[in-house]
Amino acid sequence: MSEPEPAAEARRIASRERDRVRFEEEALALADQVYRVARRLVGSREEAEDLVQETYARAFRSWDSFTPGTNLRAWLLRILTNLNVDRGRRVQRTPPTQPLEETDYYLANKVASAAGEEALEQDVVVERLSQDAVVKALSELPPQFREAVVLVDIGDFTYQDAAQILDVPIGTVMSRLHRGRRALKRKLAEEALP
Amino acid sequence: MTRDPCERCEELLQDYLDRTLTDQEWAEAEVHLAACDYCRRRYRFEESLRRYVRLTAEERMPPGLMAKLQELRGLDATA
Repeated sequence: MSEPEPAAEARRIASRERDRVRFEEEALALADQVYRVARRLVGSREEAEDLVQETYARAFRSWDSFTPGTNLRAWLLRILTNLNVDRGRRVQRTPPTQPLEETDYYLANKVASAAGEEALEQDVVVERLSQDAVVKALSELPPQFREAVVLVDIGDFTYQDAAQILDVPIGTVMSRLHRGRRALKRKLAEEALP
Repeated sequence: MTRDPCERCEELLQDYLDRTLTDQEWAEAEVHLAACDYCRRRYRFEESLRRYVRLTAEERMPPGLMAKLQELRGLDATA
């Protein structure tokens, strides 16, 4: 015998409500991490705050389309990076043709010639670069490079997750990441070690 | 192979730090790093630089943002 319709319906609604609340709790528990990525993707704290709020508004509206058991942090960041593009913060769609980046060792070599080979093994050496210089250098990267560097080196996403978030092939993430890291080092070398 | 081994190491180093090398490449990098001061120092430098870049983002949400996010709860497009 099937139970009376209204009772089944009430149970269905209650169960859905529990799922929604659980989703919201889990999403909110990630807010610090989401903010951290947003903060390095956009120029100002205010923009980052706005972007995180828009992200959560959209996430809460479309919570039903999240598949439980998959990576919620990546799902949220995908919304965030899309919103960031929509808002036109990401001006260029393709990085401008740039002079070939220096080699991976470029910054290390500059530091070594300024402070000596042994200095490279001391953690203090990177502290010669101020945090402000790093923040500034990151903010000046071409947006697509910045996204890759921020997601992988700051957000700790795997290449695979970053590829899903940005909706590009994994090889594209790797190439943007490598070029982005090199460009970052070149900027640091220019700014901090003239 | 006629290539400069330090150039080869430089090419592997970022992926070495990312832990995405194949076993064979990883062994190649390990062997070279163990024997080469020049590359080992650069490895140490790159490693500290990664940590340092990550530190620039160790910023907690501004106070008040969580409350604003909490207010957004209950939005549900399908309800």
